[in-house]
Amino acid sequence: MNLLMIVILPFAGALLPLCVRPLGRGAAAWAAAAVPVAALLLSIDPLLAAFRGTPVAISRPWLPQAGFDLILRMDGLAALFILLILGIGLLIILYANYYLAEDDPPGRFFAMLLFFMGAMVGIVLSDHLLQLLVFWELTSLSSFLLIGFRHREGEARQGARMALTVTGGGGLAMLAGFLLLGRIAGSYQISVILGMGDIIRAHPLYVPTLVLILLGAFTKSAQFPFHFWLPQAMAAPTPVSAYLHSATMVKAGVFLLARLFPALSGTDPWFFLVGGTGLLTLLYGAYTALFRHDLKGLLAYSTISHLGLIVLLFGIDTPLAAVAGVFHIINHATFKASLFMAAGIIDHETGTRDMRRINGLWKYMPVSGTLAMVAAAAMAGVPLLNGFMSKEMFFAETFHLSVLGPFSWFLPVAATVAGILAVAYSARFIHDVFFNGEPVNLPRYPPHEAPRYMILPVAVLVGQCLLVGVFPTLTVAPFLALASSAVLNSPLPAYDLAIWHGFNAPFAMSLIAMVGGILLYGQRHRLFALHDRLFWGIEAHLLYRRTVDRLIGGARVATEAVDNGSLQRSAALLLTVAVLAIYLPMTGGGSALAGVLPPSPVDPVTLLGALLMMAATMFTVFFHRQRLLALLALSVVGLLVVLTFVRFSAPDLALTQLAVEVVTILLLLLALYFLPQQDRPESPGWRRIRDLLLALGIGSGCGLVTWAILTRPYNTIAGYFMDNSLPGGGGANVVNVILVDFRGFDTLGEITVLAVAAIGIYALLDRLCLLPGTLHGVRPRWAAERHSLVLTQVTRLLLPLALLVSIYFFLRGHNAPGGGFIAGLITAIALILQYMASGIAWTRRQWHQQFHKVIAWGVLLAVATGLGSWLFDRPFLTSAFGHYHLPLAGDIELATAMLFDLGVYLTVVGVVLLILATLGLLSSRCVEAGRSG
Amino acid sequence: MEILASLVVAVLFAGGVYLVLRARTFPVAIGLALLSYGVNLFLFFTGRLMTGAPPLAGGGPAATADPLPQALVLTAIVIGFGMTAFVVALALRARGELGNDHVDGRGGER
Repeated sequence: MNLLMIVILPFAGALLPLCVRPLGRGAAAWAAAAVPVAALLLSIDPLLAAFRGTPVAISRPWLPQAGFDLILRMDGLAALFILLILGIGLLIILYANYYLAEDDPPGRFFAMLLFFMGAMVGIVLSDHLLQLLVFWELTSLSSFLLIGFRHREGEARQGARMALTVTGGGGLAMLAGFLLLGRIAGSYQISVILGMGDIIRAHPLYVPTLVLILLGAFTKSAQFPFHFWLPQAMAAPTPVSAYLHSATMVKAGVFLLARLFPALSGTDPWFFLVGGTGLLTLLYGAYTALFRHDLKGLLAYSTISHLGLIVLLFGIDTPLAAVAGVFHIINHATFKASLFMAAGIIDHETGTRDMRRINGLWKYMPVSGTLAMVAAAAMAGVPLLNGFMSKEMFFAETFHLSVLGPFSWFLPVAATVAGILAVAYSARFIHDVFFNGEPVNLPRYPPHEAPRYMILPVAVLVGQCLLVGVFPTLTVAPFLALASSAVLNSPLPAYDLAIWHGFNAPFAMSLIAMVGGILLYGQRHRLFALHDRLFWGIEAHLLYRRTVDRLIGGARVATEAVDNGSLQRSAALLLTVAVLAIYLPMTGGGSALAGVLPPSPVDPVTLLGALLMMAATMFTVFFHRQRLLALLALSVVGLLVVLTFVRFSAPDLALTQLAVEVVTILLLLLALYFLPQQDRPESPGWRRIRDLLLALGIGSGCGLVTWAILTRPYNTIAGYFMDNSLPGGGGANVVNVILVDFRGFDTLGEITVLAVAAIGIYALLDRLCLLPGTLHGVRPRWAAERHSLVLTQVTRLLLPLALLVSIYFFLRGHNAPGGGFIAGLITAIALILQYMASGIAWTRRQWHQQFHKVIAWGVLLAVATGLGSWLFDRPFLTSAFGHYHLPLAGDIELATAMLFDLGVYLTVVGVVLLILATLGLLSSRCVEAGRSG
Repeated sequence: MEILASLVVAVLFAGGVYLVLRARTFPVAIGLALLSYGVNLFLFFTGRLMTGAPPLAGGGPAATADPLPQALVLTAIVIGFGMTAFVVALALRARGELGNDHVDGRGGER
């Protein structure tokens, strides 16, 4: 239970700093600091359990169907990281309270920091690969947010994006690797996987799995060649750099190496990939750090270098090297976090981080200067400090390699070179910043000592460096043993945490590194000149930026090739693909196009109708520039479609089509009022020929498909609906019963789509003022009399009659042609007729237009009818019906489906009226807006 | 009769496609209307050509027209109206915002 709380606490606590915002700036920090304190108290119990050798674990069902459980486990390694994350986190929060500038919102900052803390705690406690990955991505995300915290600075935004891209890409690779690993091991539980190392290493997919997982670890831990995001991430506020980008998040990669060490290590690919990458990064980072003039840049590259050292230690692949790796994780976290905080203090007090300007600071800030120098000495590996001990262990381990054969001298030499460079850049940090003359042209002069509470966290960490360096067995030894045994998953090798091992090879290497480093630093001016001549312009992050730019450019070119913004072109391309999709299967298949059924005889009326319809269609196309004519021809086509439905036994369709036809033509007429009445030929000849060919291709293709279908025997599922319509749905009109009962859910979706379309149209046209279109620049003449007296009087008389008809169609719909759709359309047409005859102003006076509400009530009623069946423990939209005897009216049948149909009816009425009324109001809005109509 | 039905579908599709590819919004709207006639008839015809037998249960002829395509087409007709109306609204909005009725919003006031 405690474990779960430790993970949840930071996430929930992230809200705390936001809530206490009104209480002032300090309140946010103190509220945030309470979180790691509480979490540390909670972790005492599981920590003791880990020391007893019985790690606490909990498991909660999460997605049991997919076999996912929330599994948390706190073994030695997790315990060590928990202490680092929470302990350093607490110090960082205290430090940040004084560091943040006036215009930095503290609530947001601490909320993000705690969010990150939760994600990091989640990583180290996870005992499930995929669950670990979720927290892993959360750290990437919070790192993105924290780097971009000062989001008004372009550098911060760029650095944040780069970090997210690189670590996110690595996370994707890692996901693939985890899936493979889970497949190989048959389980995603880490504690299970750790015991299956032999099976995993022997599996044919071992190498791809290893490479993918390493990609994730290396991007996170900024290993060469993915290191470039870390220096760019220095745009973050310094507490973030100290916490995420040196002490914890970048350690997630090496944590993963340590975590999966028993499962994946012990092979040649592991040695060469992990060891090789680590060595390269160690040397490259150390070399580059020496030449950075930016204080944080130096620390960033030194962090890269030290991460490389830890990776190399795990790559060396001996138990002792792994112990040294764990040891260096602890040591690096303490001295590097304190160095970053010291750099933040210097930046804070002088206003710059350029080491060419900040010199001789020791006399201005003796306390923080001393602390920073001790930490830098630990970084260099000076005896009696913690960095010395783990570096000695590293030097010792470089000798125990047999894999390289005759080249086994290489690693100790490389390690010594890295040591020399580390001493050189540490010397630069100490000498350049605190001595070396007077400060040059500081933005803030003279610099002062930082506030006491800003120095305190640095002092705590530097104190640890000293304590571990002087009394290793009393301080760090039990934690190191605990974590190392968890990493190795086997008994610990013998090692000795003594300060003095006598004169041996590692000590000689340390000595060479010390002397060499100081000599190297002494020659720095010549070195810098040489470096500037040799290594101009090779900057990995610039290379990355150029690659990204080129990718975006390529994507843009590819998109333009398909879609250059021309609708005609895109539509033509789409239709070309459609033609191919129709004709290609026809050419390939062996079966004949025509089926086996003999054609049925043609009667003269049908023939006439078909010829008329085709002629009207062609007329529409030929005269499409005479828009009114085309519209009239279109209505002829529509009416013939209605007759087709009548001819082939579809009365419901005929009624619906007829009503829709009226509404559609009205709509198009209204639209035509606002659009140009005529059109001159515009498309060039070649385009018209292309379009004609496409039209013929699609038309003939669809015709052939129709013919192929119609000449083949028919298998239908209609029998089920015919048989069950009366007994199951209580209606004889099968089409209507299908709509409101069998497939009621589809209908619900359809009326929802209609409602959305109507509201979309309303939103499109609301507040739009359009003036009537022109004819070759001349306004067409409209009828002089706006509202014909005859039409006005007749329509007013007709309205009740039309409403009665619609009620009739609605009521009989369940058993005879009719229903909600048809009745709704008839009602809508009757009301629109009023608009047309009497004008909008008159009609508006007659009834309040609340068509949105009508639509809403319609959809809600349909949904409520569906939900109603839940009250009777039936599935959604189960209908019930019964027969009742009413006096005078006789036998009457009531079905819940009718309520549903009423919803359909209301929606249709509302939709049609909303659309047409909105269109009709377009020109009157111009008058309202004060413009001439 | 089958050939006639296929021809009608073919002509409707061809006319609709040609108009949809025009450069002005109004022909495109008309083309869409023609296309939806074509699609609805095509769907309807897949239920085969049955005369004088509407799909009413209880009594009546034993073999009736297929109710399923009819139910599909019925909602398709209404949705088709919604689509046409939406395209028209888009065209009007484009005319109001851009001052012309070209599908890509190019060209001057007409």
